[in-house]
Parts: sequence; C-alpha cells; structure tokens
Amino acid sequence: MDLLEYQGKQLFAKHGIAAPSGEVADNVDGAVAAAERIGYPCAIKAQVLIGGRGKAGGVKIAKDVDEARQYASDIIGMDITGPHGEGPFRVDSVWVEGGSDIAEEYYASIILDRGEKKLLTMVSAKGGMDVEAVAAANPADLTKVHIDPTRPFDAAAARSIVEAAGLAEDALDQAADVLAKLAEVAREEDATLIEVNPLIVTADRNVVALDAKVTIDGNSLFRHEDLAEIADTVDDPQEQMAKEKGLTYVKLDGNVGILANGAGLCMSTLDVVAQAGGAPANFLDAGGGSKADAIVNALEVIKSDSKVTAILFNIFGGITRCDEIAKGIVTASQQIDLGMPLVVRLDGTNFEEGLAILAEADLPNLHQEKTMLDAARRVVELAGGAS
Amino acid sequence: MSIIVDGNTKLAVSGLTGREGSFHGLRNKAYGTDLVAGVTPGKGGQDVEGTPVFDTIKEAVTEAGANTSMIFVPARFAAPAINEAIDSGVETVIAITEGIPVLDMLETYWKAKEAGVRLIGPNCPGVLSPGKANVGIIPDSFFDPGPIGVVSKSGTLTYQIGNELKQAGTGNSSIVGIGGDPIVGTDFIDVLKLYEADPDTELIVMVGEIGGDAEERAAEFIAAEITKPVVAYIAGFTAPPGKQMGHAGAIISGSSGTAQAKKDALEAKGVRVGESPTETAAIAVETLRA
Repeated sequence: MDLLEYQGKQLFAKHGIAAPSGEVADNVDGAVAAAERIGYPCAIKAQVLIGGRGKAGGVKIAKDVDEARQYASDIIGMDITGPHGEGPFRVDSVWVEGGSDIAEEYYASIILDRGEKKLLTMVSAKGGMDVEAVAAANPADLTKVHIDPTRPFDAAAARSIVEAAGLAEDALDQAADVLAKLAEVAREEDATLIEVNPLIVTADRNVVALDAKVTIDGNSLFRHEDLAEIADTVDDPQEQMAKEKGLTYVKLDGNVGILANGAGLCMSTLDVVAQAGGAPANFLDAGGGSKADAIVNALEVIKSDSKVTAILFNIFGGITRCDEIAKGIVTASQQIDLGMPLVVRLDGTNFEEGLAILAEADLPNLHQEKTMLDAARRVVELAGGAS
Repeated sequence: MSIIVDGNTKLAVSGLTGREGSFHGLRNKAYGTDLVAGVTPGKGGQDVEGTPVFDTIKEAVTEAGANTSMIFVPARFAAPAINEAIDSGVETVIAITEGIPVLDMLETYWKAKEAGVRLIGPNCPGVLSPGKANVGIIPDSFFDPGPIGVVSKSGTLTYQIGNELKQAGTGNSSIVGIGGDPIVGTDFIDVLKLYEADPDTELIVMVGEIGGDAEERAAEFIAAEITKPVVAYIAGFTAPPGKQMGHAGAIISGSSGTAQAKKDALEAKGVRVGESPTETAAIAVETLRA
C-alpha cells in the first residue's frame, strides 16, 4: 500500500523526522485558505501515488494568493502519468507547505531488497532528480549499504553511510539521525520502501525531508490501525466494490472480463487473452473454495465495469471442485442478468461433472471450451472491438 | 528419489485442530504421508482422528519423532509458529499460511538460515513427491511419479502444467511450491540445486511470475551450475506496473520485475521459455523424449 506524500510526512513527524509543516486540501478554496495561513512563498504539491509529478507540472511554488489560486486550480483534477507508463492518476488533493530555502539536495531511501533478503539503504549527495539516472551515470554517486539483520541499526551505523555518500560535513550528524529514523519507520510501521527525494539542507543548515514516498506492507495492516484506515479508501469504483466483497481484483484497460482461480493462473489467463489479440479488463482471483456467492460477487464486480463486453472463467480445480463452480455459475446466472457472453473453461477435479451440470442447465450466452487457449481465442472473438 | 519430502518424512502439523489444517493434514495422511503429530497450544493430549496433538512443536519432535513441520496457523500468529518450529529440532518447515508481514519473514528467514533449517514458503502450496509423500495443499491426483522436477511460485498454475504432463504420459520426481511472497525461505536456486543432485530428476520445469529478481538470479545459476535441461514459464506479461497481482510478491516496481525481463534473462542463458502453460508442458515433454 502506497502512501501519499502528506501521509508519509505524518509518519515522519511521528518518528521525529523533520519535514515542512503544511495542510492538505481537496478543493481550490481550501488550498488558497491553507496558503494564506501558511504564508508565501509556499509549495502547492499534487498528491498522487506516482513519481515524476514535478516534471508533469504537479508541483508549483506560489509567491502570492493569486498564484496560489492559479496553481491549485491547475493541479487539482489534472492527470499525471508515471515515468514507466503507470496511471494516469487523477489528482484529487494538494498538499500546501511552507517554502524551503534550499542549500543542498540529497537523496535517502530504505527499501526491502528481496534478492538479498535485507533492508538496503541508499544515500546520494545528488538528490532532487531521478536516482536511477544518477546511479546509471555514475554508480559511485549512489552509496548502497545493506542493513545487517543481526545487528541494531543506530546513528553510528547510519553515520558511516552518510559519510561514504559524501554529504556536507556539517550535515552529517543530522543526516545520520534521519537515516536511523527511516530505519525505525521501516521496522515499526512495516514500511517496505521509504524514499526521501530530496532530503535537503536548508540555508540555515537544517536537514529536512522535503518529500516522502512510503510503501506499507499490506499484510501488516492488522497491527497498524491508523494505516489500515488509509487502505480502506480506494479511488476506483470497481476496486472499491471488490474490496468490500473481499475479492482480489485489479482493474485494467480492456474489454475482456476475467475470473480465474489462483494468482498465477489468473496472470497466465490475462497473458493468453492478450496473446489471442484481446485486451483484459481486469485481474480477479476467485481464490480457493469458490462457491456460488463468491461467483455472484465476482460477476457483479466484473460486470460493473462498463467497458466489459465478454467474460472468461478459467478454472483449474485443485481442492476447488469444478462441479461446485458449475453449480455456482448456474446459481449466479439466475441471480444476475449478465447481458453478455460468458466463456467457461473448467478443468481439474470433477471437471466432467461440472461440464455435465453446465450442459444440463443450457444457459443462454454460455460458451464452453476445453482448453485455456481455445477459451482465450473464443472470448476475444466474442468480445469484439479489440485490436 | 525425490526432494524435501519422501517416505522418511515424519510430519507435525501446526493448526491440525483447525478447519483447514485438519482437512489438508488428513488428506496428506490419506496420501501416505507419515503424519505423526498435530500441534495446537492448549490442546495437548487431544487427538485428531488418531493423530496425537501436542502443545508445542518441540514435544512433537521429542515425543512423536517429527522431522518436518507444516504451518497452517492464521497469518498474525504464523511467524512466531515458524520461529518455534525452527527452534524445535525439525529439519524442514513448510509454511502454507498467506498474509504474513514481510518484515517478520525477514527475521525468520535469517533465523532459519542460522539454524540450518530448510524453510519452504510462506504463502505456498507445499511439496509433493508423487507416490511418496504430500505435505501441503497440492491436489495429488494430477501428478504421477516421473522424471520431471517442478519448482513454482504459483499453485494452480503448477496444477495446470502438472496435469498436462500427466496427460502426456509423464510425471514428476517432486513438485515444490516456493510461494508468492516477497521473502520466501527457499528460492528457485535452492531447489534447482536439489534437483541437480537428485538422480530421479532428469528435467526441471521452473514456473515464475512478475516481481523481484529470483528468476534472473536463477538464470545465472542455471548457466553456471545446472547440467540438466530446464524449461521455464513466466506469468504476468500483461500486468501493469505498481499493482499487486494477487500474490504479495507479484508486483512490478518501477521498471524492474517484469515478465519480459525474466524471460529475456532465462533465454539469454539458453533456457527455453513457454508462451503458455500448455506450450511449457509440451516443450518439457519434447525435451525429455529428444
């Protein structure tokens, strides 16, 4: 779960990491009122879960109330696409904070290194820009040090890292303190990524986190009530609906609705649909014992996406029995009117019984296919409109 | 032979008195796995259809001779249960539980390493050695004994491929589900190493998915250390960046962890990568019979 900048800064404040104070606003008048309280110059920053918002025009410095109004109305409601094609993300709110007098711009982060199974700290004296580009241009400009999992990570351990990164001598103590506290945020808040870019030194030589990018492990939310509340707010209506129904759903752009059992098989189903020339509308893992009500829920979520013109059910029954799935499909079709073709592929445990149940029910608009590949081709054909 | 579980496995199931734990534990027993104990704190002295239940895994080891522990307890209690298993004296811990906080697993990973205990999972379907033992939730009916070793991050995708191999008239030495979490106890490389040393394994099928760099690391390892043929499949070519696709570990971060990068890394080292589960099984059969 990714946090917005201001939510990240709230976590920083909780752990004693200095960051500019400010206010969040979701409309222009609110942003202007915040700017008036904070004073000028102030920064008006788009709150979106993606990098590169500065380049996209999502961060502006307002010198007076007119500029504050202008920038807030420009930014609220704009769409920002990420550097790797993520999104676009609609800007629903801005964070207004006091302007900072910047003397130096550094970079500091702590991420979970899955390959090494350790937390990795990264520090650079060249902050404020794309850190991947900095490291690509000259690897020596980015100091990377793993945290030893068997030892405490304290200010002394942190200090050797910021020294190696070549930060200004008079900023070392404060920067080491920030790095040690970032590690504390990782451990205590279950953060798997914390990035501060830039970490600045102000003209009066204070080290301050000017930005905050934080990812919290979704599996840890049972022990973080405050963060769990943030997780409950999802922008996309289908994703919200799926969440309420306890389904694992990811919205995509296409017109072929998809339900499969198991995350791996579901990803694979999206891939074969794409290979067949179709465009998947979603990822939806029906999970283990998929009974009738789970199927009704899944179909309702898929159908609520108005782009969807045909649906593929790809089930390989393991512990899940195909006759149960077939009964679920029959029950679901009595409860909701799909109004579009449904292609069903059942294989695995009790698939003959499942196929017999579907054949007997003789549902309109239901098409059976024996293999995953045939089912993908069929649903793409029935969905139409895709490239 | 086979790897990780076999006729010598003596299994203790943590969570055997729960609904899922009893269903799968008893299924494993029915398959022929030597289920020697259940473990549930506070329920020591009871039994589940004749299998004695102990309060601690340590007692299951000393009283019932358990050498393998399966963890079936809810996510928020699972990391402590795995840690208890690591300290109990078993050789292997297989953690099925999904949803364990990853930083807990970070600690547990190093604890298992230090103790020399093999940890499989978490968030995995377990290990099946056809005809010998099944520890976990893998449906055994799709797998016959045979020369193909399978290692996979995904459950159902593995069943799909296993079923196609069976229909093609071949089978498996073992099937190892390593799990879909960002941090798992045993990676592709560890399992590849075991299959390389296993005389009954002639070919290895490796099933990966988006996220992390375990597949890329495996590609390097295969080129350097593995003499047996490896066939791979990668899921998630259509996954958008920044979205978690079901498994906690299945996420493209920025531009890293993509399916294409994994496929390219494997193919660069001479590993054939199937376009679909069906093609992957077909390549495996074709390679085996060549």
